[in-house]
Amino acid sequence: MTSLDLPALRAATPYLRHHPDRVYLDSGATSQRPDAVIEAEDAFARTEYAAVHRGSSMATGEATWAFEGARESIARFVGAGEREIVFTENATDALNVVALGLSDAATFGAPELAFGPGDEIVVTEAEHHANLIPWQRLARRTGAALRAVPVDEHGLWTIDDLAAVVTPRTKLIAFAHVSNVTGYIAPVADVVQLARQVGALTVLDACQSAPHLALDLGSLGVDFAAFSSHKMLGPTGIGALYGRVGLLDQLPPARTGGSTITTVTIDDAEFLPSPQRFEAGTQPVTQAVGFGAAADYLSALGMDEVRAHEAEMAGLLVDAVLATPGVRLIGPQAGAERAGLASFVIDGVHAHDVGQFLDDRGITVRTGHHCAQPLHRKLGVAASTRASAYVYTTADDVARFGAALAEVRGFFGADR
Amino acid sequence: MSTELEDLYRELILDHSRNPQGKGDPATAAHQHHELNPSCGDEITMGVTVAADGSIERLVWDGQGCSISMASASVMADMLAGAQKADALERVEEFRTMLRARGAGEPPESLEDAAAFQGVAKYVMRIKCAMLGWVALEACLNQA
Repeated sequence: MTSLDLPALRAATPYLRHHPDRVYLDSGATSQRPDAVIEAEDAFARTEYAAVHRGSSMATGEATWAFEGARESIARFVGAGEREIVFTENATDALNVVALGLSDAATFGAPELAFGPGDEIVVTEAEHHANLIPWQRLARRTGAALRAVPVDEHGLWTIDDLAAVVTPRTKLIAFAHVSNVTGYIAPVADVVQLARQVGALTVLDACQSAPHLALDLGSLGVDFAAFSSHKMLGPTGIGALYGRVGLLDQLPPARTGGSTITTVTIDDAEFLPSPQRFEAGTQPVTQAVGFGAAADYLSALGMDEVRAHEAEMAGLLVDAVLATPGVRLIGPQAGAERAGLASFVIDGVHAHDVGQFLDDRGITVRTGHHCAQPLHRKLGVAASTRASAYVYTTADDVARFGAALAEVRGFFGADR
Repeated sequence: MSTELEDLYRELILDHSRNPQGKGDPATAAHQHHELNPSCGDEITMGVTVAADGSIERLVWDGQGCSISMASASVMADMLAGAQKADALERVEEFRTMLRARGAGEPPESLEDAAAFQGVAKYVMRIKCAMLGWVALEACLNQA
């Protein structure tokens, strides 16, 4: 049992107060912010808002302090140094910043990061499109080859499957820490060890892990990582790129402009070290403050407590899904470790129809391919339904979900 | 069960989704068009042949998807096989107008069984499902 005070957590989350009859099981898509985060954004917007890193006024100083304070909170939260956290629009943007920077490496003075023919980029078939398409484009731009680790009938891969694809030509391995569809938790340390044996960079999609488990990126040893504020109780419009500081200082900035430079002439520009070299133009300062407040809020709850609670919810979700006749559970099977989500397919009922029925019962889930078409194609389904839990999810929520799920096939006549 | 849900999934719709009408190999018709809903992967390929007198002499479709998209294509195939091309294009427009009305007004009688999809109009995320087959038919007719 968790030590999280669920009634207090729920009472401190305005969306849940506003919709007492709704069961929100779509935190994997976006999470519901607590008062503390909204109030931090509000207080900053009302009393401290100003441009950051520009000018010499008291106002700029206060706003910069709040902005950089948020960066410190986030860095601490994921086990990174402050110079290792770059604000981006979201996690997708962070992954694009890495891929675009690498594709520019040969042109802009970072030959050691340059990709070319003969190099290989490795992903898994389970990746979210955000951790697939940027690498497709990097491969196309540079002549490198893209290789995919095959997944099994449940959508899972192992370190042995990865090892079978990695070769001395592998220059980068990009993979999700936690799959947004299967809930599989990747063996990050093993992947890093394998990558180091062949001198490959590692890019960790931490979108579904940073919000849900204690993350220490420095100890994990990945080279880059990406995560989003809005999936971890923060606002939309901001995310973070983590990179080992030596690498970030080498990586050419994908977006250039004001605030990123040391010296600019008509013909050329020199760039500041990380993180400033990547933060071109006016930054979403209010959102950064909210993002930092969310990291502090989760730190105060304790990420081990959060993970323990979600592991319990994961077990209940799996039980509820498997209690449904004609259901196929995607991802780790009963008893195996998984993140706090469960995706499934009901025989004879399309995911959209499952979602519509649950929605009518006040239960919000996600339906579709979850931005993972290659995975769904491999599983032989067009779409699935996903229920995902978070800190405020209760056993009662999952029980209501299970009760409604039990009626779906009957309603659509799939049991006839 | 809420009335909204029963209004969305009327018995006629559930019947058609279980026993879809007009399915066949689109390649056996003169014109084909494939429609995909990228948000869910639902897809329909329509095959249409228009006779010299302007009537739809062959209308077959194939595809997979949710009950709304499948039932809608099925009802459409029942209704518009044999219709005049110009009339069919009018029905497509009437169907689109009904789905965009957010449940306001009464659908025209000319929509016959397709009026059963009026409940879809209240669910903005499902309108594309209901339109899938109709858009594919429209594209075929515009080729013909």
